[in-house]
Amino acid sequence: MTSLATLLEQQTVIVCVGAGGVGKTTTAAALALEASRRGRRVCVVTIDPARRLSDAMGFDPDRAIGNEPQQIDVAVKGELWAVMLDTSTTFDGLIRTYAPNEEQAQNILTNDFFRNIADSMSGAHEYMAMEKLYELHNDERFDLVVVDTPPTSNAIDFLEAPDRITQFLDHRLYKILVTPNGGLARVVNFAAQGFLRTVARVVSASVVDDAIEFFAAFDGMEEGFRGRAVAVHDLLIAEDTAFVLVTVPRNDTVDDAAAFIETLAEADIAVDAIVVNRVHPSFGSDRLDGLDDGALAPFSTVLHDSQAVAAGQDTVLATLTNELPAGAVVKIPFLDTDVHDLDGLASLAQWLTPNGTP
Amino acid sequence: MDSARFFAASRVLIVAGKGGVGKSTMSATLARTAARAGMSTLLVRLTPGGPISRLFAAPELTGLEQTLHAGGGPSGDADVRGRLVTPDEALAEYLADHGLARITRRLMSTGAIDVVTTAAPGIRDLLVLGRVKAFEASRTADLIVLDAPAAGHAVAFLQSPTGLRGAVGAGPIATQADDVLEMLADPERCRVMLVTLAEETPVNEVIETAFALEDEIGVALGPVIVNGLVPVPEGLTDDFDAHVAASTAKISAAEIANLRDAAAFRLQWAARQNEQVARLSQSLPLAQLHTPYVFTTEPGPAELETLSNALSIGIDTLSEDDA
Repeated sequence: MTSLATLLEQQTVIVCVGAGGVGKTTTAAALALEASRRGRRVCVVTIDPARRLSDAMGFDPDRAIGNEPQQIDVAVKGELWAVMLDTSTTFDGLIRTYAPNEEQAQNILTNDFFRNIADSMSGAHEYMAMEKLYELHNDERFDLVVVDTPPTSNAIDFLEAPDRITQFLDHRLYKILVTPNGGLARVVNFAAQGFLRTVARVVSASVVDDAIEFFAAFDGMEEGFRGRAVAVHDLLIAEDTAFVLVTVPRNDTVDDAAAFIETLAEADIAVDAIVVNRVHPSFGSDRLDGLDDGALAPFSTVLHDSQAVAAGQDTVLATLTNELPAGAVVKIPFLDTDVHDLDGLASLAQWLTPNGTP
Repeated sequence: MDSARFFAASRVLIVAGKGGVGKSTMSATLARTAARAGMSTLLVRLTPGGPISRLFAAPELTGLEQTLHAGGGPSGDADVRGRLVTPDEALAEYLADHGLARITRRLMSTGAIDVVTTAAPGIRDLLVLGRVKAFEASRTADLIVLDAPAAGHAVAFLQSPTGLRGAVGAGPIATQADDVLEMLADPERCRVMLVTLAEETPVNEVIETAFALEDEIGVALGPVIVNGLVPVPEGLTDDFDAHVAASTAKISAAEIANLRDAAAFRLQWAARQNEQVARLSQSLPLAQLHTPYVFTTEPGPAELETLSNALSIGIDTLSEDDA
């Protein structure tokens, strides 16, 4: 267990995890910037419909970061690149990789049921984030990939989603629906027909036809997908991959974070560092005997409020941070980190590695 | 306008906002404030966890309705009840309601549910909204407060009936979608209240979300709640030295420094928030309700009362047009 700075210098993958709204996207970008200042060639991946990373990097809103890595114009010893994950395009790329020929790829890509999977199936964002991470990890242009994870209620969605969706694609339901020799889907057994009628009642017959068509077109590609899911999983549990948990010092968020750490531990993943955003500063003791004389009363109230929050923070955070060495826990005071451009990101980066850039 | 009239304006309040802005806390505050105005309120949440149980000092929400705050007594308070409605449960219940109870278990165990929900994306969201609509129709409470998914998802969540309406043709889902659309389009039945913090990114997102909701869904928007505004006590000014000179208290140099730093921090914080509040007012033509930052890391019933008081005061100052 080491400091955040060491992680930035040594790891090849950093995964930022945490609840929504804790500053995960911005933290990921600042970590990437700091690693690039330390001479590494870094790519940061964000999954963000609201384009927060683009905001944080001070990008012109008309010039959005795309699904392909784009180098950020910043003077650093290494290089800083960014990717805005496009789930749909990434999924299409994966289909093209594993389809035996262009015709089969086209059949899948134009199928409505597949479009639903790629655009909005639950877990698709997580799956494709990990897929993109894997791609970039194997891209020789980069020494380090920093990935932001989608805000989810389930801590390890990003870990389980590849398996879950691979299983779905290889659906056993499909096996009982169509003839084993492939070709055009033909419903073979009576039970399956009953099932399909039922589903058609809930949605509609044409939607069911699309689904069957999709599974028929996907037939034979499961192996490739399964192999890839295993490779992605191996990358996540590799020694060179670090997990950074991002949180804020409020009890319900800290509870979520603690549950997160526990769930990750069950999957043999240790959290290597914790970044606590929005930390209220402490202003020393609030022992203010005899200050009720009027002139200083409002000042005394303000100091007292501040100290109450500062003390509360230490209490809520204690259970979370006690397990980690001091250098692996970084607290970011919130007024100093109103990040909306590269300079803001740079000052955040300094807070993340307080001992300065070597 | 008084709180009772404000909360009687529509029977469902959908509370939406970016993660971390206090959306669930504000859902609880709205529910509590409505109950103080004598309206029985049902607070609906979609995922387990969050701050609601602590704010009411009540057990965690489950799929079974529970009382979060018991009304009655001289204050004229009404009840606040709360429950979870999870998408999976909504789907299972829907299937059961449509004579498919027998096969629901099989649908679940074979993973066929995944096929159904993938075939008709948004079906879970629609069915959750369908449940809320059913609560509204049954008049189980005077007001229903829905703690909606985080901002970016709120638009997709409320778009689900439109999306499905196009995809599924005729049938029970289409009927459900029509019913929900009717509710969303009727300001007397349903309004969205957006929550934000007075900070750069949350303000940007709330503006974006407000326009998206109005343009793409056509749902009525209530006032925006700006949460976490730090108070500046009267007399807290930047002429600190004059205050020290006027003070008769015996305090050390170190204590003076602490007081000075804490005050400077507070004033700077408030100034930054004021800039963002002004920017929000300029960019978004919606009335604002302001709630204070609470100086604790473990908000409970006392903070809920503080927030509810602030919200009541804000509502009192709204004009008829604002609400």
